[in-house]
Amino acid sequence: MEAISILAQATDPADLKNISAAAGAGYAYGLAAIGPGIGIGYLVGKSVEAMARQPEAAGMVRTTMFLGIAFTEALALIGFVVFILLKFA
Amino acid sequence: MNLVYALEFPEISEVLVWPDVVPGFNKIFIITFLAVLVTVLIFALAMRKDPMVAPTGVRNVAEASVDFIEDGIVMQTMGRDALGWTPFLLSLFFFVLFTNITGIIPTFQMPANARMAGPLILALIVWVVYIAAGIKHQGLGGYLKSSLFPPGVPKALYLLVTPIEFISTFFVRPFSLAVRLFANMLAGHILLVTFAVLTDALITADTAALIPVAILPFFMLVFLTAFEVLVCFLQAYIFTILAAVYIGGSIHPEH
Repeated sequence: MEAISILAQATDPADLKNISAAAGAGYAYGLAAIGPGIGIGYLVGKSVEAMARQPEAAGMVRTTMFLGIAFTEALALIGFVVFILLKFA
Repeated sequence: MNLVYALEFPEISEVLVWPDVVPGFNKIFIITFLAVLVTVLIFALAMRKDPMVAPTGVRNVAEASVDFIEDGIVMQTMGRDALGWTPFLLSLFFFVLFTNITGIIPTFQMPANARMAGPLILALIVWVVYIAAGIKHQGLGGYLKSSLFPPGVPKALYLLVTPIEFISTFFVRPFSLAVRLFANMLAGHILLVTFAVLTDALITADTAALIPVAILPFFMLVFLTAFEVLVCFLQAYIFTILAAVYIGGSIHPEH
């Protein structure tokens, strides 16, 4: 409730801009992290399964796993860049 | 109330600074230069030793890293006939590693790759190299055909697949390569700053009861510094392996 009353008091346009930028930055990163979080969890889980089933192929699975992580993670990182741009730019 | 003000996060211009160390040569320049110098030094020292003696010291590091690049990256992604690419990938790996690791070395405390200029240039170098390798190995027409018209797709789908492949091969690849390295290093840097600021704010707090609590963010800071070592290695590895995958893709097209 207090936060809402503070928000209501902030009528200065510069303050409003800062508040909405901070809130938008928070949502941008939070939302961007959901998909890659699920993706990386699924990817690593499946890789561990594969490595446990076939330990002799562990090296190959690990290389491919890191590649997959790199591609999945890129989305979260773009979200992070958006966060930085909204918050500080 | 004071505590809340003390926790105010510093401006980005305070977190990321590259002052001129010598007029005209800023911090990033010095770090980049040192990264090159250290890499050259390691391999120059390793080269001078007698090759018949079991490796020790710096030579061990050099041999282990060459093995790592050959077995872990080139053989896994490009195949035996591409072993000639090892020097390029090795220098890429060491350059990215050393420009990352300065983020946790005291007195530097700034990963050179947290400035977009570094990752961008590296990504553009990789971009030029994999396109040039593709054109060299398959010719311009052959390279465009194999990268824009992947085999095994029904003819009508090319209307959809070709523009997507074009954008992803020639624009998204260098962009994501640069942004991945940049954002990872920047995120690590900001994380370290956050906990350092928190520790500082608690140590200098007005309320005496809050001062012992500073140990918690301090331990987190130590832990995150160790975690950053891992991230530095991992990002250098990922950058190199992606470069290898892209180059491998353009010298060995799918059939």
